[in-house]
Amino acid sequence: MTTFFAHLGRSFLFLLQLLAALVPTSGKLRLRLLTQQIWSVGNQSLVIIVVSGVFVGMVLALQGYRTLVTFGAEESLGVVVGLSIVRELGPVLTGLLFAGRAGSALAAEIGLMRATEQIDGLELMAVDPVRRLLVPRFLAVMISLPLLTAIFSCMAIGAAGAHLIGVDLLGVDGGAYWSQMKAAVDFQGDVLNGVIKSVVFAFGVGWIALYQGYFAAPTSEGVGRATTRTVVTSSLFILGSNFVLTALLFGGL
Amino acid sequence: MSGNLVTVRDVHFYRGKRPIYSGVDIDIRRGKITAILGPSGTGKTTLLRLISGQLKASQGSVEFDGKNVSQLSRSGLFELRKRLGMLFQTGALLTDLTVFDNVAYPLREHSGKSEKEIFKIVLDKLEAVGLRNARDLMPSELSGGMARRVALARAIALGPDLVMYDEPFTGQDPISMGVLIKLIRSVNDDLGITSVVVSHDVDEVLSIADYAYIVADGKVICQGDSDTLRASQSEWVQQFLNGKADGPVSFHFPGPSYQDDLAAEGIA
Repeated sequence: MTTFFAHLGRSFLFLLQLLAALVPTSGKLRLRLLTQQIWSVGNQSLVIIVVSGVFVGMVLALQGYRTLVTFGAEESLGVVVGLSIVRELGPVLTGLLFAGRAGSALAAEIGLMRATEQIDGLELMAVDPVRRLLVPRFLAVMISLPLLTAIFSCMAIGAAGAHLIGVDLLGVDGGAYWSQMKAAVDFQGDVLNGVIKSVVFAFGVGWIALYQGYFAAPTSEGVGRATTRTVVTSSLFILGSNFVLTALLFGGL
Repeated sequence: MSGNLVTVRDVHFYRGKRPIYSGVDIDIRRGKITAILGPSGTGKTTLLRLISGQLKASQGSVEFDGKNVSQLSRSGLFELRKRLGMLFQTGALLTDLTVFDNVAYPLREHSGKSEKEIFKIVLDKLEAVGLRNARDLMPSELSGGMARRVALARAIALGPDLVMYDEPFTGQDPISMGVLIKLIRSVNDDLGITSVVVSHDVDEVLSIADYAYIVADGKVICQGDSDTLRASQSEWVQQFLNGKADGPVSFHFPGPSYQDDLAAEGIA
């Protein structure tokens, strides 16, 4: 129990350190470092996000159609798909996939840099590793995950996902699909809340992955443990905070 | 330029409750190669970290060029570290940069020089370690010995006052060992840098050290130049220097004797 609280305290101190370093002291934000990280964190996750989005949309359309058609309400498929993706499935699934793909990779990378003394090396070259290594990665996560969430949602709803199954295969009217969705999905109430969720998830995944990597035991075993913990803790964080956020943003409790 | 660059006085250091150092005095004289010898796990690397200010002594003082390291602020520490070069056991090169960029890294971070000047300095340093033509390789393409030489070029890029070597000879074949010994000597003499070598490779270290300390059980057991050490009366020092399997440091892990163990099971 004491180790749990020790971890909690240390991770909050780490977060404060990270946030304090976000303010650029020298004035020049290192844009090249940031774009590099967005490339490796965001772009490298693109394939898994796109493919998953397509399949989730397809399944959603199939199940939604089967239920709706018994009430003769299959024209409302767009509403079901649109709301469930934008409000819940988009942010949550993208967050979980991102934690598995990019979060674990970040923890392993930082952990290995610790194990191979690269972080000590930076400190001894009078370079602040928090500013140099962690801040660009944290910002890259904060930027990438909301964008990936948007891409995931578009893929799930769009022509390759739910639209393909619902409209092209099962025969829902295309005009009804889009117009009902447009009428039901509110920009502020639904889309923006989804964005807020994905920002919160990005914050959590970035914090957890970097913390686990930075404090990983400098052995191969320690790095392995850091990646596992990153995925487990981020997933729990995402699912738990998602419930709280839904209750806060959409009310109903 | 004489006297001590680094003065360690009565340093105590604990890891958890376990004492690593209990009252250590070490002088590192300017322009000399000082060796710190000792068995594995006696905290030789810890000593380097105390000098670089990555760790703070629980008691006693570490002075670098007259400044007390443990009282420096974070920015003061970073200023101090610009005057320090450190060679890690693994080299600690940044794996995503080429050899050239690794050596250029501290220059780009701190020197404020133009790319042209940096190119010249990096080439000079790589030439000094014999790897000028390897400048476009990635660290993963280097052998262990080459990685250490690149790390040495990086450590001296900013023209430091002190270079610290952490186990530079571990796991090296005889040729790269010889190269490293020659480099440590030539870097020290040609560039007028003070060197500290931490190691347990007794013969190699004593062949270049001007002065050596043997550290064990949290204390300095013996000090002097290599002749003084070899002439030491201490059995422990003799066992350590000559690598005898048995002596004051027992071959057997301490505990009940073999006969007692058998007798306890009713076998003997």
